[in-house]
Amino acid sequence: MKILTVEKLSKSFGGIHANRDISFDVEEGSILGVIGPNGAGKSTLFNLITGFTKPDTGKVKFFDKNIFGISPDKISNLGVGRTFQKLKPFADQTLLENVMIGAFVKEKDIKRARDRALEIIDFVDLIEKRHHFAKELSTGQRKRLEMARAMAIDPKLLLMDEVTGGVDQKTIPGLVELVKKLKKTGVTIITIEHNINIIMEISDNVLALDQGKRIAFGEPKEIQNNKQVIDAYLGTFDAA
Amino acid sequence: MDSRLEFAKSEPIWNTNNRVISIIAGLIILLFALPLFGMNSFYLHLFIMIFMHAVMAQSWNVIAGFSGQISLGHGAFFGIGAYATSFFYMEYGITPWISIFFGMFVSAIFAVLIGIPMLRLSGHYFAIATLLIGISFQVVFQRWDLVGAASGLWVTMTPEDSWSALQFHSSKVPYYYVFLIFFLITFFLVWLLSRSKLGYRLRAVRDDPQAALSLCINVSNYKIIAYVISAMIMAPMGSLFAQYILIIDPDRVFNIEISIIVLLITVLGGIGNVWGPIIGASILVPISEYSRIYLGGTGGAVDLIFYGLILMIICIFRPNGLISFIPKDILERKKQR
Repeated sequence: MKILTVEKLSKSFGGIHANRDISFDVEEGSILGVIGPNGAGKSTLFNLITGFTKPDTGKVKFFDKNIFGISPDKISNLGVGRTFQKLKPFADQTLLENVMIGAFVKEKDIKRARDRALEIIDFVDLIEKRHHFAKELSTGQRKRLEMARAMAIDPKLLLMDEVTGGVDQKTIPGLVELVKKLKKTGVTIITIEHNINIIMEISDNVLALDQGKRIAFGEPKEIQNNKQVIDAYLGTFDAA
Repeated sequence: MDSRLEFAKSEPIWNTNNRVISIIAGLIILLFALPLFGMNSFYLHLFIMIFMHAVMAQSWNVIAGFSGQISLGHGAFFGIGAYATSFFYMEYGITPWISIFFGMFVSAIFAVLIGIPMLRLSGHYFAIATLLIGISFQVVFQRWDLVGAASGLWVTMTPEDSWSALQFHSSKVPYYYVFLIFFLITFFLVWLLSRSKLGYRLRAVRDDPQAALSLCINVSNYKIIAYVISAMIMAPMGSLFAQYILIIDPDRVFNIEISIIVLLITVLGGIGNVWGPIIGASILVPISEYSRIYLGGTGGAVDLIFYGLILMIICIFRPNGLISFIPKDILERKKQR
């Protein structure tokens, strides 16, 4: 079953086409990796799907429901969670409080919300840090915080903007393992990722963007051999 | 199962420190007992003003401290409360005990009407807009003949002390208890609010509206809810103040100074903290009252100079307010290293 169907989605800011006629779909339970050089329109695509930016034209369907242009709180309420490229933790609150705010979507009772938040914090391996303020956590830990907070709303679809961006090398394998562990829970994942090896390792499908346009969409192997992708993005490896 | 998780789940949700609870209980009993020791009318007045300003500051704390919207026109709700009780008592003989709720209701309506367009504005623009709305209320009431225009309302005095008319001429003690009870109820309710699901969500809106949106929180609705709650806390203080002085006019109850003072008290005590307004009011109100006594009418603005100095010192050295001198683990939550 298709969990997300995007058809000819477009958005321009002034004269710049941030996204132009982008189409793809995502199978429930799979991981879609989104790649592309800086400025390709990856984060814009995320913002259009999650409602943070109003799209100009096109279609976005979550299961059978049209979610084109509706507000972000309504989209998240349907079961679409997200993390942010530029992290947005509730800095002056503890890790537990951060995740509880998400957990309140499913649990009205404060004790049950707390317990649910603790289970998710344990899932992302930060249980010892639960009473630490978000601003005291490292970047890698704050990435886990955002994932935990998004999971707390019990999403069916989770969009993660650069899980491994901005953290040191030693932290990356742990985060990649966490994404794989997340997939096993049954949640569908769309992830923006710069590290091509990680994308090839975790994705079931890959969407490649360049200058706001889709240049390739398919299984990782096809993408790896796609001429346009190599030119736009992977080609940089050859040059190095 | 994971024992660390089990341990975490077994922790109490709130850190209840028995010593703090007994200190608070002791203080409440002391406040109830104080008038029995024969306080003179100045001290009664001082405490009444502290209670009143603490509640007014708490009102501002709910919108600014909890949900992050700086309102500079909060005096409007104080004035609405004051006029509601006085006008309906004078015109229709309705007891203030009922019209207090009417004042709250009208304030809530205005909070929604102002909130829907204004809370779409972010940051400074909301502050500027509320400042102008606060001033425009004063201008309207100065020219509104039905409510006495610029000369205001002189509340019809009862011949004797009257609980039903909420007027006491022989002693300030009944006023002391009325203000004290409103003060305690307000703080208890706001304390409950800060620990509720709503409290969590308001703090989310304050800390990061975009992240809040990604967690199913309708940010504009929550801002309006906070604004309405805040207005409904402010209005009864206007009502009680009107009953206390029995003469109100636009210059007094719609004064821009009211909007500024609630901000100063909250920032001094600790913004976003339930206890901040009590600490702020306990320090700023005596400064204001004593400077009024020792400097008289001519030195009327001297307290503002003190306020300004204190606020500058606080902002430089203790940006989280005086409450930050008390270790966090005593008041709010424990932190395990």
